[in-house]
Amino acid sequence: MHRTDLVDDQHKKPSEQIPDFAPGDTVKVHVRVVEGNKARIQVFQGVVIRRQGSGVRETFTVRKLSYGVGVERTFPLHTPIVDEIEVVTRGDVRRAKLFYLRDRVGKAAKVKEKRFR
Amino acid sequence: MATKAIVGEKVGMTQVWDDQNRVVPVTVLQVAPCRVVQVKTPERDGYSALQVTFGHKKASKLTKPVAGQFSKAGVEPGPRLVELRLDDVSDYEVGQELKVDVLADGERVDVTAVSKGKGFTGVMKRHGFSGQKASHGAHRIHRMPGAIGSCATPARVFKGQRMAGRMGGERVTTLNLTVVSADAERDLLLVKGAVPGPKGGLVLVRDAVKAEAS
Repeated sequence: MHRTDLVDDQHKKPSEQIPDFAPGDTVKVHVRVVEGNKARIQVFQGVVIRRQGSGVRETFTVRKLSYGVGVERTFPLHTPIVDEIEVVTRGDVRRAKLFYLRDRVGKAAKVKEKRFR
Repeated sequence: MATKAIVGEKVGMTQVWDDQNRVVPVTVLQVAPCRVVQVKTPERDGYSALQVTFGHKKASKLTKPVAGQFSKAGVEPGPRLVELRLDDVSDYEVGQELKVDVLADGERVDVTAVSKGKGFTGVMKRHGFSGQKASHGAHRIHRMPGAIGSCATPARVFKGQRMAGRMGGERVTTLNLTVVSADAERDLLLVKGAVPGPKGGLVLVRDAVKAEAS
C-alpha cells in the first residue's frame, strides 16, 4: 500500500483487462498504432521473457523472431496503447527471466508448453 | 515575484499517462485547503506576504503567543504557520480559504522545500569532484579531493575552497515545473518531475517567476 495509490489507481487498467500471464507464455499483444489521424490495431506475438516492476510501473517484454531477426518489445503493463493481451500458450519454464533464449536459435530457442494433468 | 502560491505536503512520486499515452513522471502533493491568518502589506510590515495555516490542531495545545495569532484572525488553528511571499496581496483577506484550484493544469510553477539531509559527505558527492584513480598505484586516495592550494605563496588555503562537509537539509527551489493536474476535489496536485525533500515534507508551490513568455 503506497500513499500514491490515490493517483495510481486511476491510471491502472482494471484487472479483468489484464490476463494472468507469466514468463514463458506466448502472447498476442494488440497494440494501437496511430498513423496520421487513423488508428489501427497491430498484433505483436511472441514469448514473454520478463515481467518486471510493480504497480503502475510494471512492464513486460515480448520476444519474437521477425524474418530471422530477434525482436524484443517492452510494454508497460497498464499502457493505454495496448488494447488487449491474449495468451496463446502457457510455457513450462523454470526461471523468471528467459534471457537465455537470446543466445539460442532454432529448436533450442523453443519454450516447452505446459502440460496440465 | 509570484502572484499566487499554495502550501502542500509531498506524498511521493509515481507515473501517469498523458493524452498521447506517454509516461509522465510526477510528484504527488497533498494540498490541504489553507486559511489566511494574516495579510502582510508593505505599508505595515515592509513586505507583502500571506501568512497561512492548514490542517487542524487542538486549541489547547497551542502556546499563548501562537494562540493569539489565530484568535486575532478568528481562524481555526493549524499545526503550522507558513508565509507565502506574493507581489500583490490586495485581493486577499484574513480568513479566506485557498485551494489547489488557484493553479491550473499545464501551468509552470516553482517548488520550494528543504532538501533531504545527506550528512557529512565527501567532495565527490557534495561538489561533483572526479576523485582519483582506482589503480595505477593509487593508495587510499580514491575519493580524495587532491591538492587544495599552492606552496609557500600564498601559504594558506583560499577561502571558499570546496571541501567535504554537511550536504542537504537546506532550502532548495526547483524552477519551472509543469502542473500535470490540480485536483481540487481530492486536494491533490501533480507536478511533473522531482521535488526536493522527503515524503511528508512541507512544500511551497508558487507560479513560476522565470517562466518563458509563451
